[in-house]
Amino acid sequence: MPIKLLPPLVLLARLLVGAYPRWLGSAPSANQRIYFANHSSHMDTLVLWAALPGSLRANTRPVAARDYWGKGGIRQRIAEEELHVVMIDRARDDPAADPLDPLRAALHHGYSLILFPEGTRNPQPLPGPFKAGLYFLAQEFPQVELIPVYLDNLHRSMPKGALLPVPIICTIRFGAPLARLAGESKEAFLSRARAAVIELAEDRR
Amino acid sequence: MQLSLHETFFAVLTGVVLLFATATALGAWLESRTSDTVKLAWIHQLNQRIRGSWAIVGVFALGFALGGEALTVVFALASFFALREFVALTPIRSSDHWALVIAFYLVIPVQYILVAGGWYGWYAVFIPVYVFLLLPVVMALRQDNERYLERVAKVQWGLMISVYCVSHAPAIASIEIAGHEGRGALLLLWFLLVVQLSELLAVAASASFGRTPLRSNPAKSREGALLGGVAATACGTLMWWMTPFGWWQAALLAGAIVTAGFMGTLVLASVKASLGARDQWMEGGVPLARGALGRLDAVSFAAPVFFHLTVYFYGSAL
Repeated sequence: MPIKLLPPLVLLARLLVGAYPRWLGSAPSANQRIYFANHSSHMDTLVLWAALPGSLRANTRPVAARDYWGKGGIRQRIAEEELHVVMIDRARDDPAADPLDPLRAALHHGYSLILFPEGTRNPQPLPGPFKAGLYFLAQEFPQVELIPVYLDNLHRSMPKGALLPVPIICTIRFGAPLARLAGESKEAFLSRARAAVIELAEDRR
Repeated sequence: MQLSLHETFFAVLTGVVLLFATATALGAWLESRTSDTVKLAWIHQLNQRIRGSWAIVGVFALGFALGGEALTVVFALASFFALREFVALTPIRSSDHWALVIAFYLVIPVQYILVAGGWYGWYAVFIPVYVFLLLPVVMALRQDNERYLERVAKVQWGLMISVYCVSHAPAIASIEIAGHEGRGALLLLWFLLVVQLSELLAVAASASFGRTPLRSNPAKSREGALLGGVAATACGTLMWWMTPFGWWQAALLAGAIVTAGFMGTLVLASVKASLGARDQWMEGGVPLARGALGRLDAVSFAAPVFFHLTVYFYGSAL
C-alpha cells in the first residue's frame, strides 16, 4: 500500500493554522456543492478541504491550476492520488479546449468542487474580482448548491514571498447557499457572489 | 513515617484523581437538578473548569511516567498554542513575518531546550535580553517604520507572556533543593494544584456568594475571588507535606501564587479586551482557541514569581 502523505499534511496545517470550520449559513451536507472562496495563500486548498467533515472529503475535489500542482514530484502525487484535484489549464495551450471541461466532467460524476474564482492568489483580506467560470457552472448545473466560503487570516500566516507560514488561528466560514436569480447578468451574478464572500469576512461570529 | 518517593507519587496521584472525580460528579449532579437559568450558567462555568482540571492529572502522570523532558514538551506545546492565539489577536503586518518566524521556530524551541537542559543562567535571560534586543533589529531591517515600536512591543509581549513566563512552570520541577532531591515533579504538581484550585474555588464561591461581578471576568464576583483565594491558600498550606517548605512557608508561597495568578487573569483579560477579542470567539465554538491564553493566564504570572521565590530562598545550586 502506498504511503499516504495527505494525513500528516492535514495535521501540520491544523497545528499551524487551526483551520476551524464555522458553519454560519449552511450545515455540512452531502448535497452536491460548489464551495467558492477567497484565495490568499498556498495553503488555501488544503485548509478548506481539511475543514470539511471527513465523510464529505472523499467526494469533494479542489480545482487548482495545472501549472502549480501538475509539476510532477510529490506535489503532483498528492494532488492526483489523494486530493483528487481537478486540474485547470491557465496557460491554455490548445485554444479550442474549454478550460472548464474538466470541471463539468467532475460535476457530471456527482463530485462537489472547491473553487477559487479569483483565479490567482491575492494576499489581501478581501477577494479581488471573480472570473466568469463560476457563472457558467452555476448556469449549467442549476441543482448544485453554491456555498460562499471565507478563509480568514491565511494571508497573514503566509504573505506573498514568504517561505514559512507563521502559526495563527484561522477560521473557515461557510455561508448560506447563493440563490440563482432568473435573468441576472454575468457581471451582476459575479459581483453578488463576491459580495457573499465579503459578507462572511465581516461576520465576526 | 516517611513515605518513599514512589509511594508519595502514587498517593498524591490517587488523591488528585479522587478529588477531580468527586468534583466532576458533583458538578454533573448540580447541573442535572438545577433549572434556574442564571444558576445553570454559573454551574456550567464551574463544570467547564473542572473538566479543564483533568489536564493537570494528565500532565502530572506524564511527567511521572516519562520524566521531566516530557513535561517540558507539553509546556512547549502550550506556549506554541498561546502564542498562536496571541498573534491571531494582534494586528500584524506582512513585514513582521520574519520576526514571527523567529519567534515561533527559533525562540520557542531554544527556550524550552534551555529549560530541559537546566541552564538557568541562559533561560532566565534569553528572551528578556537576547530576543528583546534581536527582534527589533530584525524588524528594523525591513525598513517598515510605521508603528514600529508598537509592533515590536507586541511581539515581545506575546513572547514574554506565552513563552518566557509559561516556560518557568516546567522549570519548577528542576529546582534543586537540599533534602528534596527527585521530588521536583511533586513541587510542580503542588504549584499547579494551588493555581487550579484558586480558579475553581473562586468560581464556586462566586456562584454561591456572588454580589459584584468582576469586570474582567463575569464568571467571578469580588467576594468569590477573595474567598476562593483564601481557600486555595489554605489548601496549599494543608498540602505542605508535598513541598520542601514548612507549613507557614507553604502558606506564604501559596498566597503569593494565588495573588500572582489572580493578577494574571486580570491582565490577560485587559489584553484580550484591548486587542478586541470577541467573547464568543474566545469562549465557545472554537475548541483550541479557547484553551491556550485563557487557561494559561494564571499559570503564566504565577510560575515565574513562584520559581524565583523558591530559587532565592531554597535553591541550593543551579
